Amino acid sequence: MNISLNITKTITELLSGFMPEGAANIGAMVTIALIYLAIFAVAGLYLVLLERKVAAWFQLRLGPNRVGPWGLLQTMADALKLVSKELTGTVKADKFLYNLAPYFVIVSSLMALAVFPFTKEFQAFDINIGIFFLIAISSIGVIGILLGGWASNNKFALIGAMRSGVQTISYELSVGLSLLTMVLLTGTLQLSEIVEVQKNGWLIVQGHIPAIIAFMIYMIAGTAETNRAPFDMVEAESELGAGFHTEYSGMKFAYFFLAEFINMFIIAAIATTVFFGGWLSPFGITESIPWLGVFWFIGKTFLLVFLMMWFRWTFPRLRVDQLLTLEWKYLLPLNLLNIILMAVIVWLNLTIQF
Amino acid sequence: MDTTIANSNFKSEEYFINMGPQHPATHGVLRLLLTIDGEIIKKVEPDLGYIHRSIEKMCERDSYQQIVHLTDRMDYLSSHINNEAVCLTVENALQLEIPDRVKVIRTIIGELTRIASHTLWWGVMGMDVGALTTYFYGFRDREMINDIFEETCGARLTMNYNIPGGLMFDIHPNFVKRTKEFIAHFKTKLPEYDTLLTGNVIFQKRMKGVGVLTKEDAISFGASGPVGRGSGYSCDVRKYHPYSALDKVTFNEALKTEGDSFARYQVRIQEMWESMSIIEQLIDNIPEGDVQVATNAVIKLPKGEFYQKVETARGELGVYINSTGTKNPYRVKFRSPGFSNLSLLNHIAVGGKIGDLVASMATLDLVIPDIDR
Repeated sequence: MNISLNITKTITELLSGFMPEGAANIGAMVTIALIYLAIFAVAGLYLVLLERKVAAWFQLRLGPNRVGPWGLLQTMADALKLVSKELTGTVKADKFLYNLAPYFVIVSSLMALAVFPFTKEFQAFDINIGIFFLIAISSIGVIGILLGGWASNNKFALIGAMRSGVQTISYELSVGLSLLTMVLLTGTLQLSEIVEVQKNGWLIVQGHIPAIIAFMIYMIAGTAETNRAPFDMVEAESELGAGFHTEYSGMKFAYFFLAEFINMFIIAAIATTVFFGGWLSPFGITESIPWLGVFWFIGKTFLLVFLMMWFRWTFPRLRVDQLLTLEWKYLLPLNLLNIILMAVIVWLNLTIQF
Repeated sequence: MDTTIANSNFKSEEYFINMGPQHPATHGVLRLLLTIDGEIIKKVEPDLGYIHRSIEKMCERDSYQQIVHLTDRMDYLSSHINNEAVCLTVENALQLEIPDRVKVIRTIIGELTRIASHTLWWGVMGMDVGALTTYFYGFRDREMINDIFEETCGARLTMNYNIPGGLMFDIHPNFVKRTKEFIAHFKTKLPEYDTLLTGNVIFQKRMKGVGVLTKEDAISFGASGPVGRGSGYSCDVRKYHPYSALDKVTFNEALKTEGDSFARYQVRIQEMWESMSIIEQLIDNIPEGDVQVATNAVIKLPKGEFYQKVETARGELGVYINSTGTKNPYRVKFRSPGFSNLSLLNHIAVGGKIGDLVASMATLDLVIPDIDR
């Protein structure tokens, strides 16, 4: 079975059949962007459904089960409701920034999706600074949160936004450094090459001790970056009502909400790519069928997403100063030591290769 | 460095924020006026009156049988114990001889109420510190108690099972069986509470050393119930002034000396074990007999002042009735545990973070209609 998964090439070739080359390139970009947008808006909705189902399993409940079989259309119905809702706002809000904020958040999430290699060929945008691009793009989201909290003219939203600022800036360090540890091992920033390197064993096995430490730090910091429990200081329902998005309604609120779930997917997808061999199957069992890579990638990602949901539904929330203590006094020094350890291991060639 | 900050145009100042009357952590219509410096609490001012129904004034209008029904709506989570307090006051004033059966049933249902109240507290307290799953575990077990109540007296929350002179009617034939089933069930489930929350590192970090109340302060603020006992102040009314069948049972008073939120938490968990033990001692030998003694249709209390205190799930509830000998009381005053416990919130929350305020408030276990009668 031969499925052409190189969507960039396929679409460009299709379009250049009936239009000049420049127009075909631009047309291909727009088409791919629209395809990704559609896929991940729906994927985000189903992540919301998954979260509600997982929460229900943890909490002795059934979860959504009225709209569609097994509640499968529930989040679609919710999205429809949110689209049709009136957009209300505060009178004294800074209108321009208030309206701009949700787009910062959602655009930064969606842009990051472009670089993931779902299989060897199914990748919209294969750049040689993939990891760098991901870290850079995902840090734009915090600007949206800060703007939203500030422009709402609400003290609860402002506290939430300020918390988000300190939290994201702190934990980005850990995310960056733990990924850097793995880059030491791979020697490349390009995501497709990082996966190719793992044909001799997933990086978490190749890099053994420092890689496992890096993975644990990455998962903690990644959960903090998505502002989810136990690090949901930004929303902290019982402290701040709804935090930075208190004053948002309808679709603007939905953007924040959707962005949180897409971010969760991104964090899990990065971990899949960097630690768990991306599209590669365990021991190469399905190597002869390349398109199965998509399922391996999604499967591994969803396992990690489930792990993050597990955190959320069992742990209490940290306090804001404990959150910063954890990062600056424990994770960061550990991370720096871990980089040195990894450097030594790479230098002495102590990696495990099959 | 300091001079540059002082000379710069930046000015830092404390700000004021309204927490409530509609806020997820105040569990009702309590309004807290917070003065905050960044995240640090400088002052907490509780503002009451959003659910004031003048229950004490209404009591002056009503007969003694009717007063019982009003007390349901104070601390609705221990409604049976509130009813019992009024009934005991009236019965003592009339010097009625209450059958043993009534005393034992009142105590069993009172302790079941205490467990129900504490399981609900455990659920919402977990939610306040961000562990959303606890809520459903707490409610699962509370539901079984409510079902037992529903079968016996038809109501699940505002029970009205007590009347001056006894009980409104006898217990349901299934009552003993289902109570035993519940105790057996809850003995396996209460350790789950510990595995889910008590041992959690984050939870302990949030609770230990937060909202510390010394024994001296507990006494001077009039703290009672688990709040006082968490600070080492032995104040269990059931121990010192036993009422109903509580003099027939043996139990330990849960006592912790740390005085922080975690101590108050542990006291309540311990109390649930003690309540189960009290029920177990009584459930197998409920004496036979009448469930009420005959009273006049119009109860008239002798002239004078009457006071009775009981231990509700939140602490010491005192009922003061001043009678002039007519069918209505001249004055009624309830000494509610929540009011005194709320008054110390400013004392324990100042200097902490917003998260600490929420955690301390959760372990005070406030029920707003109890404070704002």
